[in-house]
Amino acid sequence: MSEERSGASILVESLVRQGVEFVFGYPGGAVLPIYDALFGDERLRHILVRHEAGAAHAAEGYARSTGKPGVVLVTSGPGATNAITGIADAFMDSIPLVVITGQVATSIIGSDGFQEADTVGISRHCTKHNYLVRDPSQLAAVIDEAFQIATTGRPGPVLIDIPKDVQVASAAWNDGAIQRRNRYAPTTEGGQAEIVRAVELIAQAKAPVLYTGGGVINSGPEATRLLRELQALTGAPVTSTLMGLGAFPADNKDWLGMLGMHGTYEANWAMNQADLIVCVGARFDDRVTGRLDAFAPNSTKIHIDIDRSSINKTVPVDLPIVGDCATVLRQLIAEWGSRKPQDLTEWKRRIDGWKAKDSLAYRKSDSAIMPQFAIQRLFELTKDRNPIISTEVGQHQMWAAQYFHFYDPNRWLTSGGLGTMGYGLPAAIGAQLGNPDDLVIDIAGDASIQMNIQELGTATQYRLPVKVFILNNEWMGMVRQWQELTYESRFSQSYSDSLPDFVKLAEAYGWKGIRIENESQLDDGIRAMIAHPGPVIVDCLVDKPAKCFPMIPSGAAHTDMILDGDVVAGTMDDEAKALV
Amino acid sequence: MKIKEEASERHVLTITVDNEAGILAKIAGLFTARGYNIDSLTVADITENHNVSRITIVTHGPPAQIDQIHAQLERLVPVHKVVDLTEVGPYVERELALIKVAGTGDIRVEALRVAEVFRAKVVDTSTRSFVFELTGTPDKIDSFIAIMRELGIVEVGRTGVVGMIRGPEAA
Repeated sequence: MSEERSGASILVESLVRQGVEFVFGYPGGAVLPIYDALFGDERLRHILVRHEAGAAHAAEGYARSTGKPGVVLVTSGPGATNAITGIADAFMDSIPLVVITGQVATSIIGSDGFQEADTVGISRHCTKHNYLVRDPSQLAAVIDEAFQIATTGRPGPVLIDIPKDVQVASAAWNDGAIQRRNRYAPTTEGGQAEIVRAVELIAQAKAPVLYTGGGVINSGPEATRLLRELQALTGAPVTSTLMGLGAFPADNKDWLGMLGMHGTYEANWAMNQADLIVCVGARFDDRVTGRLDAFAPNSTKIHIDIDRSSINKTVPVDLPIVGDCATVLRQLIAEWGSRKPQDLTEWKRRIDGWKAKDSLAYRKSDSAIMPQFAIQRLFELTKDRNPIISTEVGQHQMWAAQYFHFYDPNRWLTSGGLGTMGYGLPAAIGAQLGNPDDLVIDIAGDASIQMNIQELGTATQYRLPVKVFILNNEWMGMVRQWQELTYESRFSQSYSDSLPDFVKLAEAYGWKGIRIENESQLDDGIRAMIAHPGPVIVDCLVDKPAKCFPMIPSGAAHTDMILDGDVVAGTMDDEAKALV
Repeated sequence: MKIKEEASERHVLTITVDNEAGILAKIAGLFTARGYNIDSLTVADITENHNVSRITIVTHGPPAQIDQIHAQLERLVPVHKVVDLTEVGPYVERELALIKVAGTGDIRVEALRVAEVFRAKVVDTSTRSFVFELTGTPDKIDSFIAIMRELGIVEVGRTGVVGMIRGPEAA
């Protein structure tokens, strides 16, 4: 059946047709027709954020924790530019978003109109694809394709810029299925020759490592199940990037922990000494590889990735397999059949030797709570609830990755590629909406939490019981740590001066505030946080000079890790400084 | 500390794309954003309904970077196909140039003589000038311009390269 509808109405119908539950947004002049179409429509739930960056991060948290695309609706000009950080974040971490931005009327575009910005131009290189829709009759098809592009292949953000007159003008709306152009068709299945070769290599390997990443999570829960199955068949130890945590259970005997700059000693040494690395849905990021010419020097490398451009981008590999993680893992398992792996006893013995280094051991303090200990207690006291953890960016993020343990995918939300401070609180809000019965905790730092602190109001408005656990050391801890290790402790601008009273701030927003000042209050504080049915900020005062170890210093190899207690010169040469 | 440079190769890429707004900015922007080089870029639509455009880009870079450029271009949704002519070869490449030379007396005679050697056409003339049209490889055009420069070039316009694979098949 066909009828005339406004562009705004076609947009709303199209979103409903896509099965959208939540729209994270903020109204403004150039989206007023859309907000009017949303008015009183109970099929979509609009979540009013306090800043457009919050909308994008909340949509990311929703998407990452549910596997469904997140939808954002913001106005033109500043609405769009504010959302850009979240869009860029989603692009780097391959999170499916559909972002609707209002635009000034087509007759005004290009004339520097009020709240005009070249949104399509600005977002061009931080979206997977973007559109400026000039004709309401194209809206339905564009939205349909946008969801397809955002959610298939390597997921990512897609932006649709809709001028105000296109929202008001009418076009025929058809209830029937949309004729797709089918121009986007990513390769999902691995080539059979590559699969056969990969299985041969795995079966011959005497020192294999599975190096897994966010692609396993993005591929869906089936990829996680298949990864575990392949691991059980081959016996290969597993390490993961920051983005991939949860794909492999942290209590498995073959779990090496996270690798890379703040990865474990055993994970990094295993990568360095491996004879075969099977990279599943990871992209050899600089935080993972350390110095490139010293990265896994004697290994054969297999790289499974749905994005052809990830292959050979930084590290040349011997056997690329372009395809979806779950599909390729299934192919590998089928090809493996009833093969037996090599005897890996000697390899596991060497790994046990590295594990014995106990690289996550940390200095204890008589007076202050060690931040690592706070995370360990938070983990112990919440693990039976299988919580969803989000983080901001910095030391607390790395400590959370190291000392909080994950057993399932989609429970760990963090800004990996872009490293966006201010991600965690809105992401927790999005995750709580998508998972209303789950315990959702944002592990934060005192500096990061202030970057999107306004979103406290959003949680209050929608009665979301999110918990914010601040490791408060009164410093931008990671900046301080780098200044200490690289710039002879010249702490330039890294002190968090004039911090608010987080407990009072919580109360001002209608949250519960809890302060933990010493170890004797730690467990009770955490229990009180969990027990409270509403949102809670915990201001946990921790040891100030604590540093995050192990650490591969900038420009160093996996084998040059610094452990807690090592003596560090406090300077670096220019090559290392420039690498960041 | 010094910035290191790597050895580079010249490659000619042809890209077929949906002829939609912003696609050229997307491709040109991809090159700037990722630090790739564009030596020349030509674009025009090539189908009857004007829906598909063909872009020819001449680039140079280390082999690994050329491979990345190929992969990054293919990743763009409106891109149908990328062919690295240099890789697939053999291929022909041609460029068109308009060259305005001004002068009187012997200079005019000499300019015409050189144009004949290069098989350039005179497409405009006045008592004090010629505009030559020349088609050929970029090298041929470079040499023509070098000679004409001595005779008095006032303006040069070049289209950039278009290329095509030799033989009966489409690339």
